[in-house]
Amino acid sequence: MEANRSNRTLLGQLLLLAAGMFAFAIFVMPPLYDLFCEITGLGGKTKGVYEAVEVKIDTSREVEVQFLASNNESMPWVFQPTEHHVVVHPGEARKVTFFAHNTTGRDMVAQAIPSMVPNNTADYFHKTECFCFNNQPLAAGEKAELDLIFIVDPDLPASVNSLTLSYTLFDITDSVSSPVAQLQ
Amino acid sequence: MAHGPAKGIGRWLFTTNHKDIGTLYLWFSFAMFLLGGFFAMVIRAELFQPGMQLVKPEFFNQMTTMHGLVMVFGAIMPAFVGLANWMIPMMIGAPDMALPRMNNLSFWILPFAFAILTSTLFMDGGGPNFGWTFYAPLSTTYAPDSVNYFIFAMHIMGASSIMGSINIIATVMNMRAPGMTYMKMPLFVWTWVITAFLLVAVMPVLAGAVTMMLMDINFGTSFFNAAGGGDPVLFQHVFWFFGHPEVYIIILPAFGVVSQIIPTFSRKPLFGYSSMVYATAAIAFLSFIVWAHHMFTVGMPIAGELYFMYATMLIAVPTGVKVFNWITTMYKGSLTFETPMLFSIAFVILFTFGGFTGLMLSIAAADMQYHDTYFVVAHFHYVMVAGAVFSGTAAIYYWLPKWCGKMYNETMGQVQFWVAFVGFNIAFMPQHFLGLAGMPRRYADYGLQFADWNMVSSVGAFIYGGAQLMLLFNVVMTIRNGKPVSDPKVWEGAEGLEWTVPTPAPYHTFATPPTVK
Repeated sequence: MEANRSNRTLLGQLLLLAAGMFAFAIFVMPPLYDLFCEITGLGGKTKGVYEAVEVKIDTSREVEVQFLASNNESMPWVFQPTEHHVVVHPGEARKVTFFAHNTTGRDMVAQAIPSMVPNNTADYFHKTECFCFNNQPLAAGEKAELDLIFIVDPDLPASVNSLTLSYTLFDITDSVSSPVAQLQ
Repeated sequence: MAHGPAKGIGRWLFTTNHKDIGTLYLWFSFAMFLLGGFFAMVIRAELFQPGMQLVKPEFFNQMTTMHGLVMVFGAIMPAFVGLANWMIPMMIGAPDMALPRMNNLSFWILPFAFAILTSTLFMDGGGPNFGWTFYAPLSTTYAPDSVNYFIFAMHIMGASSIMGSINIIATVMNMRAPGMTYMKMPLFVWTWVITAFLLVAVMPVLAGAVTMMLMDINFGTSFFNAAGGGDPVLFQHVFWFFGHPEVYIIILPAFGVVSQIIPTFSRKPLFGYSSMVYATAAIAFLSFIVWAHHMFTVGMPIAGELYFMYATMLIAVPTGVKVFNWITTMYKGSLTFETPMLFSIAFVILFTFGGFTGLMLSIAAADMQYHDTYFVVAHFHYVMVAGAVFSGTAAIYYWLPKWCGKMYNETMGQVQFWVAFVGFNIAFMPQHFLGLAGMPRRYADYGLQFADWNMVSSVGAFIYGGAQLMLLFNVVMTIRNGKPVSDPKVWEGAEGLEWTVPTPAPYHTFATPPTVK
């Protein structure tokens, strides 16, 4: 029948729309959100490993970089920057360390998540080496100095003379399957 | 076509008749309404006095969550789907819904969804306790073990809603009687078809959100997990991208019901029919681009706050068009105040009130203070309860005589109205004051300074709860021994195809399509 056929066509089209919206929610919205945060710099997410290129160190300019370290609620470790702030010239590679101490009686794995303010400056902060690129396994009672080597891009807008890099430490022991000794 | 309904339980299990399925939806939603209402009574009983009296805080959290979920997904939405099933084919001159067997399926999976959801209350660790908005990481990292049952239940009710909506769209687009052009359709049909498109567009987004939760919880992904590079704020965006259209999904069919009832008892055609249609479409469109006004405090840039604030305020324009049209319909009409009309007028007044508090909340700067307080609770109960539930009650009184051929007792109806109206306002008006004074929502206890208004609010809530039992009594008494009516029109001012078929509406109507001039 004519009506039956058009009902079935419409049913197919509407089911397709529903399936499309489902796929949109799972496969499009999260990347779109990340993209939006990256463009606007709202998330303050710093990039991955940076391959250092030859740049002239801009000695005429000084930029203060401040470090914050905090623990995500139930994380029991001691976690703090060794120096709370350093002053660098743009283009200069600088190494700083963070101190971590697993105060508990069990082996644990942590993950540090970076965030940078002011917004939009994450693109000008390059990390050639960072403990945050991997997870940080520490055996019970173990202490560690965690390394970070960074370069502030000489193209950093002139209006910015202070950057703040914050790390939040999460306990990811439960979601890592290999034992701590093996990770180390 | 001469045969009537089948005998016994099989009639209800295997039925493909739009009237049977409408009845099933309505009774199911009323049962869920009483269940959700029972949860609300537990909440208000605990909040009657400061301190912990009746339940543990963990259980209180489950009550607020389940109250929200059951009322939104179990009571209000299925109630309007039930009305749509009953009325849309009769209003557009169709013999039945376009896809009757899918109609049966979309109803019969619902009881399973809610059985699963309710059963979580009896599991170890309890049921969902993260609020009806189930924000991650509360609903992922910190959720009780039963969260997987919750997710499965949400998937089922989403599938039910999507199938129900597709059916409504197909019916309206393909099954209209000859001459029934789009701009001749009754407003209830219009609001429902727009609602159905909203549902098909956003229920899958809800399904996507719970699926991402499921994967974060069980399969090690990190959509909403900051430790793995995800972002909990993403959850709020995905949820409210569904959630804001959802609030219009709830209220638009209510607009449709009121737009049927007010002309009937004003004995005038609806004022500004086409502007009503365009206003409904405008509201539906705007609902997709305002979602982040639910998350002003999440840390948005000022440009985002301003955009979402102005876009939200814009919704007041088409909504205002509708309110003015209802008032203008009544202006100089020969008004009578039967129960459906009383509920409809109360709807217009109280919904407008709730709309105004919504405008207050839309001011981003002010929302910093109002956010997550009882002011928000009062606001959305004015639009959800005095909006959707009042209009649903009006619809029951309005169409019940048509459905069963018996007239309800007018005195009992009006008594129920006044108890509901007074109880509702005693329950929710003080919550504005509590919220402005700083009482946060979703807590099992509160400071002593909030004690008096909470007690008043609880008393009102018990009165309002009692009014629902009176509604049940009225409906049962009408069906069992109401005064028979046989006039097809039932109400002298009623217009439309549904009033041309005999009363009570026969099992099959419009086997041959009527011609609409």
